Amino acid sequence: MTATMSQVGGIVRRKEDPALIQGRGVYVDDIKLNGELTAAFVRSPFARARITSIDTSAALAIPGVRAVYTIEDVRSLGPLLAQIPIGKLRPLLADGVVNHVGEAVAMVVAENRYQAQDAAEAVLVEYDQLPASVGLKFSATDEVKIHDDLDSNILHTWVSHDWWPGVFELEDHRPAIAAAKERDDVVIVSQEMVNQRLIPVAIEPRAVLADWSHGYDRVTLYTSSQIPHAVAGAIAKTFGLPVNGVHVIAPEVGGGFGCKLNVYPDEVLVCFASHKLEAPVRWTETRREAGYSTIHGRGWIGTATITGTRDGEILGYELDALADMGAYSQNFTVAIPVLGLYVASGQYNIPLAWSVKCVATNTQTTDAYRGAGRPEAAYYLERAIDMFATEIGMHPGDVRKKNFFKKEDFPATVPIGLTMDSGDYVTNLDKLLESSDYAGLKAMQTQARSEGRYVGVGLSTYVEVCGFGPSILAEFGFGWDGYGLPSSFSGSGLVRINPDGSATVFIGTGPSGQGHETTWAQIVSDRLGIAMEMIRVAHGDTTDSPMGIGTFGSRSAAVDGAATYEAAEKVRSKASELVAHMLEASAEDVRFADGGAHIVGTPGHKVTWAEIAEVAYKPHKGPEGMEAGLEAHAVFSPGNATWPFGSHIAVVEVDVETGNVDILRYLAMDDCGNVINPMIVDGQLHGGIAQGIGQALFEEAVYDENGNLLSGSLVDYPLPTASDLPMFELDRTVTPTDVNPLGVKGIGEAGTIGSAQTLVNAVVDALSPLGVKHIDMPMRPKKVWQAIQDAQEA
Amino acid sequence: MKVSMTVNGRLVNGDVEPRTLLVHFIREELALTGTHIGCETSYCGACTVHVDGEATKSCTMLAVQAEGADIMTIEGMAKGDELHPVQEGFWERHGLQCGYCTPGMIMSGAALIAANPSPTEDEIRHGIEGNLCRCTGYHNIVKSIEYAAAKMRGETPPPADWEEVSA
Repeated sequence: MTATMSQVGGIVRRKEDPALIQGRGVYVDDIKLNGELTAAFVRSPFARARITSIDTSAALAIPGVRAVYTIEDVRSLGPLLAQIPIGKLRPLLADGVVNHVGEAVAMVVAENRYQAQDAAEAVLVEYDQLPASVGLKFSATDEVKIHDDLDSNILHTWVSHDWWPGVFELEDHRPAIAAAKERDDVVIVSQEMVNQRLIPVAIEPRAVLADWSHGYDRVTLYTSSQIPHAVAGAIAKTFGLPVNGVHVIAPEVGGGFGCKLNVYPDEVLVCFASHKLEAPVRWTETRREAGYSTIHGRGWIGTATITGTRDGEILGYELDALADMGAYSQNFTVAIPVLGLYVASGQYNIPLAWSVKCVATNTQTTDAYRGAGRPEAAYYLERAIDMFATEIGMHPGDVRKKNFFKKEDFPATVPIGLTMDSGDYVTNLDKLLESSDYAGLKAMQTQARSEGRYVGVGLSTYVEVCGFGPSILAEFGFGWDGYGLPSSFSGSGLVRINPDGSATVFIGTGPSGQGHETTWAQIVSDRLGIAMEMIRVAHGDTTDSPMGIGTFGSRSAAVDGAATYEAAEKVRSKASELVAHMLEASAEDVRFADGGAHIVGTPGHKVTWAEIAEVAYKPHKGPEGMEAGLEAHAVFSPGNATWPFGSHIAVVEVDVETGNVDILRYLAMDDCGNVINPMIVDGQLHGGIAQGIGQALFEEAVYDENGNLLSGSLVDYPLPTASDLPMFELDRTVTPTDVNPLGVKGIGEAGTIGSAQTLVNAVVDALSPLGVKHIDMPMRPKKVWQAIQDAQEA
Repeated sequence: MKVSMTVNGRLVNGDVEPRTLLVHFIREELALTGTHIGCETSYCGACTVHVDGEATKSCTMLAVQAEGADIMTIEGMAKGDELHPVQEGFWERHGLQCGYCTPGMIMSGAALIAANPSPTEDEIRHGIEGNLCRCTGYHNIVKSIEYAAAKMRGETPPPADWEEVSA
């Protein structure tokens, strides 16, 4: 066997890949249990209606059908639990009314999928259609109030100076901004912009499989989830079990992007059915169904306003927006905009006045989609800054730099009272402007224009926030208390040296392609000198793993990675004592490398990890009085979030005859602090940027005025394909954080947060000679063409 | 209905409902779960297999339509411990993250190289546009297929991004 020694910062091929490239990876739908049954759902055709009757008799008569459940069967379990229970919680099945197209009304369980589907079609549901409230501006008027038991469709309003009463006493910047607007020497730019609703589309549809073991008083739930422990908590709380009575296994997860960061009614319902029917019960969503059964993201409309001087000083940034919550609140729904508020003023030391109203509509629930609030915030801010730069005729880089927090300002406190850990924004942006030859790109644009071609150069910077801390945030909802697990968003890692000298690392994350098995093995290999091949990383199993928060918000490396680092340090400390005893030396002189340990200065004086392990597990061979065994668990609770940042440039060419946008180049200069595996970090950026480009150019969840989802399949929800995208030109600056011992910040969402507005800035730059000032996303050819026509007419 | 075909070199027989899709036959009757299902509209390509050497989306073909065909799935690509060069390329060039689209992407990549041993970047991008990946932005998938094509031509693959950086 090869022995790959890894250091943090090194490139190693992924441990995950051999199974996945040979088709041997196991996803939920690949698991088969004896005697399993299959579920199918009866779904509402209406956006809002009263259910007058449900007749299940014809369905129950179909051979192989074992049960048809409605709310009458499951009402006693209560609604679906949510971590942030603001708004109307989702009933497990529609309770008297339906509030969005595709809402589950009944669940059929049968012996195979064909019987289940036939039976679902045979359930007769009668409805009295009610007026629906669709469209953010309309819903915000309360003309059609969706829920009888709520005062308004507006569920909550997040305001920058009053977002966490009692913790932050903040100045309201709005009066000062209003005063600035009265000055003679200011320029005001203001634009209403849509940050459209998106469907996450993990390529693996969600799948669940429950197996209730009556004799063991335990239910095992296989689910394609980013948050297995939270799901276990929710199932336990719903059924009145201790959490150790629920064993959740998230095996390979085929993409998440936030849509598997949720607790879903189907997860509860298959457990219920498995309990009732005394058989395993499975459900796998179809792609079309996913538009109804898995959360959507984004969905904002807002007006961004910048007030500033002609020499580029920004005197105020205002955003007044509506954010679409959908009909029911699930996991974080109403809290998503607050993640945008965290980065509302971006990298800028400027006055801020931000107000986002969370509006219920008769549509599918929205929640976290890659970036979750932060892409929206970055989009409005960075579009507005670009408009401001254009208006005053200043270099878009210079305007940004003039208003940046400077390196010496860190740790820097932002207008909403939080403190950013570290940053060097000017260096980062300058490096990109130089490496991209920005001036050369603009010269190329001028040349192209002289040839009648419309080339644009778009710039955006961004700041992200990840690895939420400190622990006190748990009292503000940053924990899994809603699922019966009082907790903060800490990280956990357990490092076990087995008696043969191999290591098993148990972590609390829920990866869906981020390469945690590789990255975490690197952290442990780096600390303990154990070969990568001798380290196995286990995750996604609530019985194996220590309590874990899951994978979302670019948190895993900065929080759980740090915990694993600390657990490895504990193992190293004890192992040093063992080696000192074995080699008759001082523990301070023990060094770990190359599959074992030696004494500093005498590399030949060494022992292997197998030899160390034997002494650990045979206490009579070890130091007197030392506890046998060799493993350690650590929980890392960060004292602050981390704040990555970066700068992106897109170069596009627009065909003004067709409106088609061609991406000529895409360059990014990101800073996520220290890097554990550059190959994996770059891969995260590639995918993140592609999703931002997808929002900018192609993707949109479209509802008609009656609340029908018009873009529920991949035919009418276009994702970027290989031929739509360029090679990405990535580089980085490295500004470590002191929030965690690894100095890492997080990279999962950075690409998405930085990219959508970069594309829009580029397209608007391309079309500026034609008078185009803004185009809402997605910038599909027809919309771009129309924007050109409108600008020409105006 | 009775159906028989060759899958990964082995003759298999089945008795299926007429509406059984080829992908369901492969996954459920043959327990070859490396072929995945990502949509029902033949857009995502996660279910791509080779049918008589052609890359084919097995979710849009009935099992009975494959009567007598020679099918290759992802499980048949490696020869014992020796990976197919496209599989090797995906590992060497970080061509996958969650791995869900990967089997279909590898099958399309292999068919592409078989038809065009020296594809340009543009030809690769167009050749795999029927396979959707949500994780990688396709950057490293293109690099993976370039790697494999070079290996299969007996050439040294182009350096990885990170090798260029360190050089």
